[in-house]
Amino acid sequence: MSAVNAPSPGGWREWLMSDRPQSRRQAALGRAYGGWRTFSRNRLAMLGLAIVIALLLVALFANQLAPYSPYIGDLRTTRLLPPSAAHWFGTDDQGRDILSRIIHGSRITLFVVVLVAILAAPIGLVVGTVAGYSGGLIDAALMRITDIFLAFPRLILALAFVAALGPGIENAVIAIAITSWPPYARIARAETLTIRQADYIAAVQLMGASPWRIVLRHIMPLCVSSVIVRVTLDMAGIILTAAGLGFLGLGAQPPTPEWGAMIANGRLYVLDQWWVAAAPGAAIFLVSLAFNLLGDGLRDALDPKGVK
Amino acid sequence: MTARPVAAGLAIDNLSVVYDEFTAVDNVSIRVEPGQSFGIVGESGSGKSTILRAVCGLAPRTAGAVSLVAPPGDRTGALPAPGSREFRRRVQMVFQDPYGSLHPRQTIDRTLAEPLAIHRMGDAETRIERALDEVGLGKGFRFRYPHQLSGGQRQRVAIARALILEPQILLLDEPTSALDASVQAEVLNLLEEMRRRHGLTFVLVSHDLAVVTHMCERLMVMQRGRRVEELSADDLALSRVSDPYTQRLMVASRGFRRGGPEAA
Repeated sequence: MSAVNAPSPGGWREWLMSDRPQSRRQAALGRAYGGWRTFSRNRLAMLGLAIVIALLLVALFANQLAPYSPYIGDLRTTRLLPPSAAHWFGTDDQGRDILSRIIHGSRITLFVVVLVAILAAPIGLVVGTVAGYSGGLIDAALMRITDIFLAFPRLILALAFVAALGPGIENAVIAIAITSWPPYARIARAETLTIRQADYIAAVQLMGASPWRIVLRHIMPLCVSSVIVRVTLDMAGIILTAAGLGFLGLGAQPPTPEWGAMIANGRLYVLDQWWVAAAPGAAIFLVSLAFNLLGDGLRDALDPKGVK
Repeated sequence: MTARPVAAGLAIDNLSVVYDEFTAVDNVSIRVEPGQSFGIVGESGSGKSTILRAVCGLAPRTAGAVSLVAPPGDRTGALPAPGSREFRRRVQMVFQDPYGSLHPRQTIDRTLAEPLAIHRMGDAETRIERALDEVGLGKGFRFRYPHQLSGGQRQRVAIARALILEPQILLLDEPTSALDASVQAEVLNLLEEMRRRHGLTFVLVSHDLAVVTHMCERLMVMQRGRRVEELSADDLALSRVSDPYTQRLMVASRGFRRGGPEAA
C-alpha cells in the first residue's frame, strides 16, 4: 500500500494502516483512522466539525465566556442598545446582553440536539431492524405505526404533544423525539431487507444464532452508519423545530435564553432594532449549517463501499 | 479435542420443498454413509442447493425427513434432531460466494469467534488460532477485514468458520465455482485434506462434473427438482450412464468441440 512511500517520522501511521494488524485494538484503530482520513479530506465537513466543536466548547465554558448575566439587565441604561464595544451583539428589550444570552443558549440547543438523538435514533434503529428482519405480521404492524407517525407534519404533531404535555424545553424534546424516529426506522428497515438475504446472515442462522443476536450483532452494526448520517443531517431540522416551538411560546419559557424564543422576542422590534432577532437567527443558521456539512462528510467517511 | 465423535452420515427421506406454487425439490431421497463424500449434480435451478439449505434449516421443508446416520457398530445413544442446537453444531455449510458469506464489517477474528460464542465453546483463543492454521492462513490474517483478502483466502476463512465447531458433516454449496482455476484446485485439496484429517462426511453440490468426480465416491444427478439417477464416480468416469439427461450433461461438461459432439 501507500504506507511504504509515505514520509512518516513516527511509525504510528504505518502501525495504523498496517495490512496485518496484530490485535483487535490495532484493527479497530486502523479502521477508525482510515475513516478519519476520508473525512478530513473534505474541507467543508472539517469546517462543520470545527463549528460543532466550537459550540461544544462555548456550551461547556458559558459561565466563563459570557461577559454579562443572561438573565439580568438594566432597564434604565442598557435597553435595546445597538451593537457596540461594550455589547457586541447589542442588548434586548429587557436590557440583557444578547451575546451572553446566545452563549448560554448554546447549552439549550446542545441539550435538545443530544437528547433527541439519544432518544429517537435507537428507537428508529430497533423498530426498523426488527421489522425488516422478522417480516410478516410484526413487520406490517411496526411499519403501519411508523406510517401513522410519518403522516403528520412534524411541527404540528410536536405542537399537539407539547399542548398535551405542557410547554417547556423537556416536553419539547420529548415531542421532537417522538416525531423524528420514523424516518430512521424506514432507513434501517430498507437496509435490513437487503442485508438479511446475505450469505453471512445465513451462515450465522445455520449456526443457531437467536434472532435477537443476529439483529443486534450482525444487522444493526451495518445500519448504524446510515442512521448516524441521517441523524446528523436532521440536526438542523431538530434545532429549527425546537426554535420554532420556542418561537411559538411552547418550547423554552422565559427567561430561558433559547434561540428561537429570542427571535420571537425580537420580532416586535425587527424594523428598528434588527440586532435583537438577527443575532440568534445567525446562531441557528450557523449551527444548522455546521451539522449539515458534518453529515455530508460523515456520509462519505462511513460509506461501507468506500472503505479504503 | 480428544473425544471427537466419529463420523456421522446423513439420510434424507422423500424431501420436498415447495415455495408457493413452485416445487423446488420433488420427493428426493439420499443416504450418505458416515465418512462418505456424496455429490449432487445438475443444471442451474435444478434444486440441488435447495436440498442443502433444507437440511440445515435455511429453506422450509414441505415434506420428508432429515436425520443423521450413526456409523455401524456405534450405539452411543440418540442422534440430535434437525433444528436442535447439537444438530446445528454437527452439520455445517460452506457457501458458494466467498465475497458474500463473510460479514463485511467484522474482522476474521470476530467471524470465527461468533460460532464459538453461540455454542458456548470455551478456549476461543486457541481454537481460532488452530482453525486459521489448519486452513493455511497464518496469524497475520486474524485481525484483517474480508475486503483485505482475496477470494481464495476468503473461502479458506469460510471453511475455517465451518470447521471451528468440529462438525461431522460439511455441506458444500458449489465451494469453488466463484474462484479461478488455480485457486479452485487449492481449495479442493484443502477440503479433501480436512475430510481425511477429521473424518468428515461431505455433501457437495456442483454443476461441474469434473469437480464432483474428483471429490466424490457417489453422486446423484438432478433435473427440475427431481432425481434423475444415482451412480458412483467410477460409473461416470467410464461413461456407464443410463439416463439420456446424464449423457447430455457429460457431453456438455467436455466443453465445446469443433465438429460437434460426434467428433469427441
